Amino acid sequence: MIIKGKVWKFGDNISTDHIAPGRYFHLRTNLPELAKHVLEDADSEFPKKVRPGDIIVAGNNFGLGSSREHAPRIIKIAGVSCVIAKSFARIFYRNAFNIGLPLLIADTDKIDEGDLLEVDLEKEIIKDLTKGIELKSTPIPSFMMQLLKDGGIIEHIKKHGDFKLD
Amino acid sequence: MAEKIIGEHASKEVKAGETVVARVDVAMVQDGTGPLSVQVLQEMGMERVFDGKNTILFLDHATPSPRKELSNAHKILREFSRKTGAYLSDVGEGICHQRLVESWASPGQLIVGADSHTCTSGALGAFATGMGSTDVAIAFALGKAWMRVPETHRFYIEGEFLEGVYSKDLILHIIGTIGADGATYKSMEFIGPTIEKMSMESRFTITNMAIEAGGKTGMIPPDATTKEYLERMGRGDKYREIKSDEDAWFEKEYEFNVSEIEPTVSFPHTVDNTRTITEAKKMNVRIDQVYIGTCTNGRIEDLRIAAKILEGNKVHKDTRLIVIPASRRVYLQSLKEGLLEIFVEAGAAVESPGCGPRVGIHKGVLADGERVLSTQNRNFKGRMGNPNAEIYLGSPATAAATAIEGKIADPREYL
Repeated sequence: MIIKGKVWKFGDNISTDHIAPGRYFHLRTNLPELAKHVLEDADSEFPKKVRPGDIIVAGNNFGLGSSREHAPRIIKIAGVSCVIAKSFARIFYRNAFNIGLPLLIADTDKIDEGDLLEVDLEKEIIKDLTKGIELKSTPIPSFMMQLLKDGGIIEHIKKHGDFKLD
Repeated sequence: MAEKIIGEHASKEVKAGETVVARVDVAMVQDGTGPLSVQVLQEMGMERVFDGKNTILFLDHATPSPRKELSNAHKILREFSRKTGAYLSDVGEGICHQRLVESWASPGQLIVGADSHTCTSGALGAFATGMGSTDVAIAFALGKAWMRVPETHRFYIEGEFLEGVYSKDLILHIIGTIGADGATYKSMEFIGPTIEKMSMESRFTITNMAIEAGGKTGMIPPDATTKEYLERMGRGDKYREIKSDEDAWFEKEYEFNVSEIEPTVSFPHTVDNTRTITEAKKMNVRIDQVYIGTCTNGRIEDLRIAAKILEGNKVHKDTRLIVIPASRRVYLQSLKEGLLEIFVEAGAAVESPGCGPRVGIHKGVLADGERVLSTQNRNFKGRMGNPNAEIYLGSPATAAATAIEGKIADPREYL
């Protein structure tokens, strides 16, 4: 699976409140509307700027906080193809793979906003085409890879009738 | 401890790092996460639950509903309950995590909840962890969940608390020390003489905040205090012992002596941004609103501590105080003990059980530039409904003293 996209860069500790603010609690049953506020509290212009295929790059502990699955879902609805961070909070990590949004763990210091990236999820390679450098990401656990290939856990269960761990 | 419980539920011996499928004893959602779970089950053609008594829909975040979109979200859960037999915990019953420890959670259970503070139940010796709506939807239908078996970080706690210092100060101090991602993916196990002497109420405050260090769960081995609590809640027969083996391996071990800890406050906008009350007081931080309640500190013990400080005092004229008991049970008990009267006399607004203000839905949304000191667990930017406001975290005692002075205050001066 190869993903190509332009970078939006964020810092450390981007919480689910930055991604899907609690004041829009009433929009949780209307995800396309909620997606118009994605990451608004980290960058108020982001919902207007983001384009399909773009890649979010961040620092440590991306997605910390609440269990709200609405956070990775609206990132995906906004068209983001992949999130790369130095580390992710646990619930966000599993939620993202469950809904088919790929996450990669890598040292993101050298990547800047606006860079064009080419990401190979299976080979765990991130090419920064703007800078001409290549970064290695931590391997995606095999069950998570399986979920991505199946298109998320809903499709996984529909396909196998149950969890299928290798 | 975590490995043992997950192993029992996966019907095999498991080791940290493994991904397994485990049987679930209790699964729950709340009104913020539940409607999406229902939608997922509809998409999958699996609108059913594995055990009606142990699949729970909590209406607690937006209760009573402040707007029609949220009333409609509640309706989705009401209809799902009627259709499948899932238990509906209705408006006024209380916050999911408090209701779970009162009526469901028991030692050795595996509990999954679509709310990050599900880890609270770990104080009773359950493996309890937060997941997303889809994960819990699948647990509703199949009675199982996939999970990676976490490594354990063990926290040995010793020493006597000084007056005015509580378990909230301890957990804020621990998170301030190890960081907001200090235990990401890990099971945090709390043991030692200080924990053994602690009430269940104080223990819940500690495990509630495991997620604030990134933890998958927080656990405390069940003991005589656990047994007594379960008996009080009418579940004495559910008591069992479970603890880590003498030779168990821990990825990290920490030791804390609580006699060295002062009342502690987290400053905006991360929980690990802690300061001692002595440092905080010197900064002369004006506070517009004080909030006592939530799944972290809305229990009877918390309200007793706050009432003791507020009795005979008045809330500062430039500060609002909001008090919300965590559940109907706590509400009734505090009524009987006259605590609510003390709060109202002091000038507080006492609200019905729920956690609306903590997530910025209603009952106390902040204005631009305002500051709140809350007994809740999280102070991220925008958390209480306004990204242009600041949230400080502290114990119920610190909160009560702060309400009186209208600025961050030292509770020890009121004891």
